Amino acid sequence: MSIEYCMPSLGADMEAATLVEWKIKPGDIVKRGDVVAVVETDKGAIDIEIYESGCVERLLVAPDTRVLVGAPLALIAGEPAAATTSAVPTAPALEPESKPEPAPTVAPAMHGHVKISPAARTRAHALNIDIDKVHGSGPGGVVTLQDIESAATKPKPSASDSMKAVIAAAMARSKREIPHYYLSTDVDYSATMTWLTRRNAELPIEQRMLPIVPLLRAIVLALKTTPDFNGYFKDNTYKPSDAIHLGVAIAQRGGGLIVPALLDAQDQTLAQLTGNLRDLVNRVRAGRLNNRELSEGTITLTSLGDGGVDSLSPVIYPPQVAIIGAGTVRERAWASEGKIDARPVLTLSLAADHRVSNGRSGAQFLARIRDYLQAPEKL
Amino acid sequence: MTYREAIRDALREALKSDARVFLMGEDIGMYGGSFAVTKGLLAEFGEERIRDTPLSESAFTGAGIGAALAGMRPVVEIMTGNFSLLALDQIVNNAATLCHMSGGQLPVPLVIRLGTGASRQLAAQHSHSFEGWYAHIPGIRVLAPATIDDARAMPGLALKCSDPVLIFEHIGLYNMEGELTSSWPQADIEHAAVRREGSDVSLITYGASLFKCLEAADALAKAGVNAEVIDLRTLRPLDNETIFASVRKTHRAVIVDEGWRSGGISAEIAARIGESCLYDLDAPVVRVCTREIPVPYPRHLEEAALPQVAEIVASVQDMMGKAA
Repeated sequence: MSIEYCMPSLGADMEAATLVEWKIKPGDIVKRGDVVAVVETDKGAIDIEIYESGCVERLLVAPDTRVLVGAPLALIAGEPAAATTSAVPTAPALEPESKPEPAPTVAPAMHGHVKISPAARTRAHALNIDIDKVHGSGPGGVVTLQDIESAATKPKPSASDSMKAVIAAAMARSKREIPHYYLSTDVDYSATMTWLTRRNAELPIEQRMLPIVPLLRAIVLALKTTPDFNGYFKDNTYKPSDAIHLGVAIAQRGGGLIVPALLDAQDQTLAQLTGNLRDLVNRVRAGRLNNRELSEGTITLTSLGDGGVDSLSPVIYPPQVAIIGAGTVRERAWASEGKIDARPVLTLSLAADHRVSNGRSGAQFLARIRDYLQAPEKL
Repeated sequence: MTYREAIRDALREALKSDARVFLMGEDIGMYGGSFAVTKGLLAEFGEERIRDTPLSESAFTGAGIGAALAGMRPVVEIMTGNFSLLALDQIVNNAATLCHMSGGQLPVPLVIRLGTGASRQLAAQHSHSFEGWYAHIPGIRVLAPATIDDARAMPGLALKCSDPVLIFEHIGLYNMEGELTSSWPQADIEHAAVRREGSDVSLITYGASLFKCLEAADALAKAGVNAEVIDLRTLRPLDNETIFASVRKTHRAVIVDEGWRSGGISAEIAARIGESCLYDLDAPVVRVCTREIPVPYPRHLEEAALPQVAEIVASVQDMMGKAA
């Protein structure tokens, strides 16, 4: 009774990752959610979790091996009644009829389908070139020695280049497939700023709250009553999500942009959001995010607050259905109750998927966020 | 000087310098040899040393073996490789074995000269290339001179050898004219020769096909392909080192052989390259051989059956993925 633990997909555009490190060894007892390995993807080093509970029977892949999404990484012996709780009744169901073939002791042959000459293969190995990425120019598309030499002289795409490629693919797909509509509203941020200043004055520096945190909380609260903006559009169907995994666009060192999610933000207080956001930023800098954070975001907030722009029209990250853009909180002339004065104002924008929601519900959603920000003490 | 004259000069020198040397074969004396190689030697050296024989390859080859065992240095001419099959028992069962069966006591220093190959419209019974067969047999050496220098040098080198030596002289080369170079005395019968240096593909050949390969290399050079041409010179023992060094440099090998492909010397060379150079190969080994039919008589069919320059060029371009 073994279950194959396979390379998870850490994003719609991920094809493979390189195993960096095992955190488990044969004989270990693992339970669902445990971090079992670190893999290197286009997005950086990522902790991957296991979805099954049981005993590690065998590791099938050695570190430094590139593994396709869906290819087996380890065998987990299911323990139906003994060590695990009955909370995993699905495990036996995952086990199909007996598997006649013994599990491979090495990674599945990544290169099995590549036609390559022996000399080219030898040279590619010596130069540490991934032959999957080399275009074959020989007869019938065979990869020749010359192809390898040419590939070797080309600069290797850097991690940030490949991340750019991933983002490019996701953004192109978004604009190709998702009928966006855009709304925006100006939010009087003076109540929030006043409240924030007073509150932060009482707190030690490391616990002080960034101006974005009340906004995060306001989004979470607004989503609870407007569910058309939190979930995934897949296979022509919208599946709203009960959990709110709020993706936050964070700039990386070296220029990349990454959107990890604050998982289960629906249950977090302002203080928890503050701590978790700080933790997330630190781990982005360290390049240590886990797979769920990168793949399970249900909605995204992108803030150009430090960029000096007033408003933005963001692009939805598929398969999500909405993204909120926040501009700079800046003093602007604000007309209210018959007079004009200077107030800190934030322009919030919403880009949403018109297959799922419409301008009316979008306007409601934005209005609710705005209203929550008028009473920050209730957040 | 022609190839024919180069061999004649070599034989004349051997006859002059070593009293044990004598020639034997069909029509080599009065007639001067079917391909006129021995023309004039009867008048020069007399019937004792230039001996016409009855039409029995088995008998006079056997007589040559006996003479060699008795201390002479016979040079037997067999008109064509096809006819040598009548002497196969003498060559394979006697000449090749006696030294080994006697623990080295009975070496057979016999030289057999044979015409080989097609191109002269002599039809299937006079045109086949059996040197690859003989290269299968331990105990003999098999030489295939292609150049004027080698034609001049190899008979003398063969006579210095204590093993039976078969010299396959391509009948299409006898009229070839060329200058003897000053380096012919340095020739040996151990090594293949790089006749043209190149970096992109090794054309491995011998005998008359050498000149087709050189012509193909010229044509390929115009298309930007730099072909190396290896003249094997000796088919047994094969010079592995020269072949492998070339293939390791160019990463591609085309073997051009006037013999048939199945079980031929081309198969042996391809196998050795596969055994020793697999990880240096950038393309499958290619063979250009004679069509697997008895060589036809009509000129156009004979030409179609044999390896030709255009086919060699096309094979190289195919393996390199370049359009002709």
